[in-house]
Amino acid sequence: MTSPLAGILAGPPPLAPPRHSELGRSLLATLGLAVALGLAARVIELRPLELFRDVGNVGIFLRGYLHPSFAHIGEYTWQCVVTVCIALWGTLMAMFISIPLGLLGARNLSPHPVVYFAARRTMDVLRAVNEFVFALMFVTAVGLGPFAGMLALGIHTGGVLGKLLSETIEGIDPGQAEGVAAVGAGRLNVIAFGVVPQVLPNFLSYVLLRFESDIRSAAVIGMVGGGGIGFYLWDTIRSFKDGEAATVILLIVAMVMCTDVISSRIRRAAI
Amino acid sequence: MSGPNSPVVILDRVGRRFGAQVALDEVSACIRPGEFVAIVGRSGAGKTTLLRCLSRAIVPTEGAVRMGGQDLRPLTGGALRAQRARVGVIYQQFNLVKRLRVLDNVLVGRLPHLRGWRRFTAPLGLFGADQREAALRCLDHVGLLGRAWQRTDTLSGGEQQRVAIAKILAQEPRLILADEPVASLDVMNGALVMETLRRIASRAGLTVISTLHHVDYARRYADRVLGLRAGRLAFDGPARELTDAAIVEIFGALPDADRVEIEPAIPLGEPALVTG
Repeated sequence: MTSPLAGILAGPPPLAPPRHSELGRSLLATLGLAVALGLAARVIELRPLELFRDVGNVGIFLRGYLHPSFAHIGEYTWQCVVTVCIALWGTLMAMFISIPLGLLGARNLSPHPVVYFAARRTMDVLRAVNEFVFALMFVTAVGLGPFAGMLALGIHTGGVLGKLLSETIEGIDPGQAEGVAAVGAGRLNVIAFGVVPQVLPNFLSYVLLRFESDIRSAAVIGMVGGGGIGFYLWDTIRSFKDGEAATVILLIVAMVMCTDVISSRIRRAAI
Repeated sequence: MSGPNSPVVILDRVGRRFGAQVALDEVSACIRPGEFVAIVGRSGAGKTTLLRCLSRAIVPTEGAVRMGGQDLRPLTGGALRAQRARVGVIYQQFNLVKRLRVLDNVLVGRLPHLRGWRRFTAPLGLFGADQREAALRCLDHVGLLGRAWQRTDTLSGGEQQRVAIAKILAQEPRLILADEPVASLDVMNGALVMETLRRIASRAGLTVISTLHHVDYARRYADRVLGLRAGRLAFDGPARELTDAAIVEIFGALPDADRVEIEPAIPLGEPALVTG
């Protein structure tokens, strides 16, 4: 029995396949990648065998960590609380930095190309400079302690959230904003009614994700004087108090796990 | 100069080019208060371009669009926003803010009417009880009072278009522009939307200018029809004078509801279809 669609499925090919073979290009790309990786391995002195040869030393080092010391557990726990507070205020500060930068740095909302350019480059700088570098700068400005750490986190994360916000704004449905502008509403109202409802869920989700990341950063920012548990981590490792260091590491892991669980619960409930 | 019977809109030899392509060519018309005008024509005839000139989304390259004796071209800033407040626009895709509640979308129409400190609290969603009641009355008018507290994207397409009409009511415009208001709706919802539009227009004496690609809708709901063909005005007259001959003049052929013209993308072998 002939298929009713035989007329479509049979016959000469309507379109010739492209002439360049995909295979040749894939091989070339693989070769290029292999060369680049080989060169990079020499640069970083990649010698995996040494890891096995001296594995005994690692064992000796780790043995000290098998017996956590709980002598200063109260102090370390308090420093974990300080760390969470640094992340909390740092993320809040980042939110307030990111809103104006994100609005001005969105192509479809920016009042002028020069403003757009300036906002974009500002966010680039904030993101390019690591929070540790900012912490070193703020330590010289406001002294050692959690306040310097919070400022460093806030300003770096502000750049990250600003970029995410501006890209979310650039992805909105322009028709919904046009429907608000069409009644003769001003720029502020177009943003409040036409843009904010569209970007709010994504923005809040980004804020919570960055809060989780800020907890991890705040846990080590004390190494450069930014306050929190990081200072104790650095101090105990450097002075070979292995039992103490083990306790600090355990607390950090517990803290990060707890905040991740709580934050993802909030994200699922609220958004 | 603007008496009760003076024109709402004057199109004075309006032309619009996009590069070398002429989208509108010497279109002149005078729209009087309370008229329900349908703009018909084939795809690409310039219907939407004409409507966008009227809403001042674009500016004509030739001629002028005047409303209330005022040329729309030089308007900027506050004067442009005031002009937009006087013109209500209805879109094919509704253009409501989907994540807002139905009532909030209607309240958006009240934005140009806020006075004093309410203008500063409105962006936070605080409009005041009087504005909220006005918006609720507008919703009641289109038969959607029960939907006021629902999120807008939970409504059907026909209901969303009626919310858009309620928003226009709240805006209190002098002129309503509708760009294919029923093109994305089924026949029943399309008729309901057109009837709602017709009813509020005749009750409030509002002027409506709507592009419609269905000649039937134009015949049934419009007082006057403007027919565009390749950017030129090919017909301007009362809807009852839209005879078959006039339709051929506008469309180049008589659109037949029973004969759907779709060119097959793949030339199907006739015998193969028969043997199945």
